[in-house]
Amino acid sequence: MDMVLEFERPLVELKKRIQTLQDMQEADGLDLSASISQLQVQAVRLQEQIFSDLSRWQRTQLSRHPHRPYTLDYVKGLFTGFRELKGDRAGHEDAAIVCGQAWFGETPVMVMGHQKGRNTKENLRHNFGMAKPEGYRKALRLMQLANRFGRPIICFIDTSGAFPGIEAEARGQAEAIARNIMEMSVLTVPIICVVIGEGGSGGALAVGVGNRVLMMENAVYSVISPEGCAAILWRDRAEAPTAAEALRVTAEDCLGFGVADEIVAEPPGGAHRDHEAAIASLGEALARHLEALSKMSPQEVKDDRYARFRKLGGHLEPS
Amino acid sequence: MADTRWFEQGPKDLQPNPKKRESKDLWVRCPGCTEVLYKPALAERDAVCLHCGHHFRLGARDRLALLVDPGSFTEADADLAPSDALGFVDSKSYPKRIEIAQKKTGEVDAFISGPAKLHGIDLEIGAFNFFFMGGSMGSVVGERITRLFERACERKVPAIVISSSGGARMQEGILSLMQMAKTCAALARLRDEAKMPYISVLADPTTGGVAASFAMLGDVIVAEPKALIGFAGARVIEQTIGEVLPEGFQTSEYLLDHGMIDRIIPRDALRDELAHTLRWLLGQPNPSAPVE
Ligand SMILES: [Zn+2]
Repeated sequence: MDMVLEFERPLVELKKRIQTLQDMQEADGLDLSASISQLQVQAVRLQEQIFSDLSRWQRTQLSRHPHRPYTLDYVKGLFTGFRELKGDRAGHEDAAIVCGQAWFGETPVMVMGHQKGRNTKENLRHNFGMAKPEGYRKALRLMQLANRFGRPIICFIDTSGAFPGIEAEARGQAEAIARNIMEMSVLTVPIICVVIGEGGSGGALAVGVGNRVLMMENAVYSVISPEGCAAILWRDRAEAPTAAEALRVTAEDCLGFGVADEIVAEPPGGAHRDHEAAIASLGEALARHLEALSKMSPQEVKDDRYARFRKLGGHLEPS
Repeated sequence: MADTRWFEQGPKDLQPNPKKRESKDLWVRCPGCTEVLYKPALAERDAVCLHCGHHFRLGARDRLALLVDPGSFTEADADLAPSDALGFVDSKSYPKRIEIAQKKTGEVDAFISGPAKLHGIDLEIGAFNFFFMGGSMGSVVGERITRLFERACERKVPAIVISSSGGARMQEGILSLMQMAKTCAALARLRDEAKMPYISVLADPTTGGVAASFAMLGDVIVAEPKALIGFAGARVIEQTIGEVLPEGFQTSEYLLDHGMIDRIIPRDALRDELAHTLRWLLGQPNPSAPVE
């Protein structure tokens, strides 16, 4: 079953028609190539038209598309020798965040990220990518391990937010997020964070304090979900599209605010239509930023990260 | 809740802004025990209910006046002003909301800070004002807190922050989330470079992005009794897990039981207890030790 977003539907239907004609041509030996190529031109144009003018809510929907590449897809496509490393060493393991050793080309790195599931079983295991304190504590433990051995850290961000539950609160969800944010700021190895789908608030920032923060073209990053914001300010979750506009959640918005450093291009129609192309696109950007950061001394890496976040804000200074 | 100034006399620099509208209502019902209380009498008791000990919320200047040595506080960064970076509009525009909050409280934004002395100890201190847009943290609040930690680091003095906030300010979008990273990075420098202590005081409520940053990172964390403290909102949790929350969930007492804070200190003891802990952290003698 293919999941199709409302605004993608005309395009998907057009592509189905093309497929039907192609099947007919093959089966009946008719020459339909003229009609087919005409429709193919139409499809390219329609795709450009739809994707050149996406609303912020449509981007949000794309960022959550269940066929987008997830953290482990990028890990598989971009790294070698991945071995998952687990546990917070305080009694818990949380598969909402997966972490492990890997090589990026020749470079040994630590990779980690929120992992969403593709089916019910996987989602139960990964809790829809919504981490509990133990997930963040595991991530921090392994970041500090990487730091001790001088290994760069790559974080993939893809979460609707930290898990809101009784046990999560009892074990200190707020403290776990806070601790990660502070301790990431003092690490002396390069950290590159990539928002690959949903960047959901504190749950995203807890693995988001990087020297570079990249965003996939159809990823979003927000202080609160459009639905949550709509429920509070509009008292109606159905106003989520309006809230998404107001919150300015897209990669382009975040680039404008300095919250993102680069937008990583996705293949036409979005990353969910072509995993390989999306993964290759990110691989090129990662290589470039890792190369640049590897030229810095450990102190420079730390100072660079401080300066990056220090300047973020929208207050007015006295003139 | 009515925005009421409890203190009629404090240090000069902590006097209320004259532009602030004064509440005419002299009576208030205690949410703790439902007794009706006379506000001037309540103010005499630092806004703690005579009958049940309920701690009413306090504005930032009233909080600071309770803690600092008279005349020792100098407000810093008072000239930083909020701006509408997103052009945010819901039922009202963000500039309109700021204007309303400024008129109501007489403050520019939801956090006041500066150098002060507490029992003679030189420090940097700041407090949230819940009555200004729910004490939400936007860029001005984040910048003032960051500068508070940076000044403490520079001057090699301790820092105290009294939190009372619903979390990040939605109207500043992703920029308000980034204040969490900015403030925590400055706090790390205070710890690692100046090696100076930071005490976090949690007042009702401390939730969301404020809880999930500097508020839960104190070298020592203390809370007022029965304050609401947590990351996720109770309603969100109930909707997510479909269960009723346990009695006393996300209160100071609950956090103490779960190892998340060091102590609960009632308001009338807070000043002396903060000084007591600061002296220990700074390696000063114990003035309450018996004299030989
Ligand atoms: Zn009472």
